[in-house]
Amino acid sequence: MSGSRNGDRGQLSGPGALRGRGTMSGPGGLAAPGSLTDQAEPGATADGALTSQNTMIPEGDLAELARSYGLKPSAARPPLIEYMKRVWSRRYFITGFATAQNVAMYTEARLGQVWQILTPLLNVAVYYLIFGLILDTKRGVPDFIAFLVIGVFVFNFTQRSFIISSRVMFDSLPLIRALYFPRACLPLGYVLIELQQLAISLVVIFATVLAVGQPVTWDWLLIIPILVMQTLFNVGAAFILARFGAGFDDVSQLLPFIVRTWFYASGVMFSIQTFKNLSLHPTIAKVLQYNPAAIYMTLVRDVLLKSQRQSMPGTQPFNRLLCTQYYDPPAYSATRWPTRAAYDKFLNANLFNSAHCHAVVSMDNLWLFGALWAVVILVVGFIFFWRAEVQYGRG
Amino acid sequence: MADPMVVVDDLHVVYRVYGAGGDRGTAATAMLRMMRRQRRPSVREVHAIRGVSFVAHRGDAVGVIGRNGSGKSTLLRAIAGLLPAERGAVYTDGHGALLGVNAALLEDLTGDKNVILGCLAMGMSRQEVRDRYPQIVDFSGVGDFINLPMKTYSTGMGSRLRFAIASAKSHDVLLVDEALATGDAEFRQKSRRRIDELRGQAGTVFLVAHNLAEIEENCNRVIWLEKGEIVQAGDDVPAIIDAYLLASGGEPRVREPAQTSPAQA
Repeated sequence: MSGSRNGDRGQLSGPGALRGRGTMSGPGGLAAPGSLTDQAEPGATADGALTSQNTMIPEGDLAELARSYGLKPSAARPPLIEYMKRVWSRRYFITGFATAQNVAMYTEARLGQVWQILTPLLNVAVYYLIFGLILDTKRGVPDFIAFLVIGVFVFNFTQRSFIISSRVMFDSLPLIRALYFPRACLPLGYVLIELQQLAISLVVIFATVLAVGQPVTWDWLLIIPILVMQTLFNVGAAFILARFGAGFDDVSQLLPFIVRTWFYASGVMFSIQTFKNLSLHPTIAKVLQYNPAAIYMTLVRDVLLKSQRQSMPGTQPFNRLLCTQYYDPPAYSATRWPTRAAYDKFLNANLFNSAHCHAVVSMDNLWLFGALWAVVILVVGFIFFWRAEVQYGRG
Repeated sequence: MADPMVVVDDLHVVYRVYGAGGDRGTAATAMLRMMRRQRRPSVREVHAIRGVSFVAHRGDAVGVIGRNGSGKSTLLRAIAGLLPAERGAVYTDGHGALLGVNAALLEDLTGDKNVILGCLAMGMSRQEVRDRYPQIVDFSGVGDFINLPMKTYSTGMGSRLRFAIASAKSHDVLLVDEALATGDAEFRQKSRRRIDELRGQAGTVFLVAHNLAEIEENCNRVIWLEKGEIVQAGDDVPAIIDAYLLASGGEPRVREPAQTSPAQA
């Protein structure tokens, strides 16, 4: 067995001449000594006189022959720039794929695409009940319901992009195996599906913001660059997860667990800027606030909700007294407040005293790091995905 | 002789089968394994292709025959670039399209969407897709089913539509793995004409089929694989097929005395 393996190069020049086109006429030219290895064995079972005969090998070095006709190794990866061009040339495939999948995804549910909105809304209801009311994370956050809705829908965009992109290469195996196209189209298409769904989510977000009585301002336009950054980040992460997900099934098993941890750590249902326990642990607060999901969520809340802008730590000059009062409001006392209503009014005003605390991360830094995360993850993710281009569909 | 199109140089392919022990593991054990960068337990290696070499030219239709498990499908997938070579190499120009027996491309989508997306994926422009669309649907012969999700198709209909899509573009290399076997007689006639057309456009077609008549009708060359090695390969198609039949304990094919392989004619 091993004899035929290490001797093959040599065989080509030796018996290759005998196995050339001339030999196909008869078995006479076959019995070259080099080819009488185990290759001959199956042939011998066919007919005692016959050995392995292959008239489809011309003389000379095959690699040399391939090169001279400009043939390339079939598992060769295209250069990065060429690859990007090919992806661009498939742009209508990507958009068509996303739209078609988006429609097909819910065809078997009676309420159809309504579930795209209904699922996160039901989540909002659960979080409001458990976290907002029972665990009282709503304390200290003005317009908590709008705060929560924005958090859930914005995080949902990243979360869903992550989960589905970890399965995309596996789910598309028949397509990958049947047709050649740059595989980067698939994670791109899947993130595009989520982007289309986000467009519907935005309607819910705007409706909630208006319902809690927040004004329409020019700042709303800033949601566009934020969502662009988030989309680029999601695309980059989708490339990374798609490659991991193609390699091991373990990734798609583990991912929901990781994403849920991330979800709880990103301040979807509580404010990582003003949560009291976090104010005692500035390092942890810093790590949480620099995480990309929290950045995009905080930025969207900041541009859509005036009450967020007014209560964001660092927006007012530091005032120890007011900041302390924000975290520990004085209890009701009949001497200070004539009526209960007056006390409630005081508490409502006190919600905004968080603005007098120190910011852990300034708004400028949130924008800067939001952009950095997007660019870095996109570039790293694309290159990481491209490096394994020829491996997708294997297995 | 035409230019070489596919050069297979001493190709070895080794499959690694994971989880042969059937252990899926929990989230915790999986994370431990990932952290230690261990491979999955119970990896089995299967040496599926053992030193295959040949050259196929433009305009060739190459049949690949052999028993189950002899490495036919593996060889096609290696040519398509879907399997890495352990040693040796496959050289081609452009990318092959591989048609297998699996039922659908995008099974949740309608046949109609599969046609459009398949063509776009192969790199056609939207105008080209519009132009080719009626031909493809007509060729596939799926009729009204074109508006139903592809997962509702019968195996035969699915493979007809896929063949119609993949062959709509003139591929340099078209690899057909039993994809025509489920079609009816009429479809086999049509696909044979389509294969001849592709060959006429200087493409190379590889055909895996257990139906030896199909090989003999379509191919001008044939490769007989056994345990991942070439037993015989060459352009005397009837002789090799007869030798294969003899080796597997059958009788030589009965042919009309005057008939020659149409591919040779």
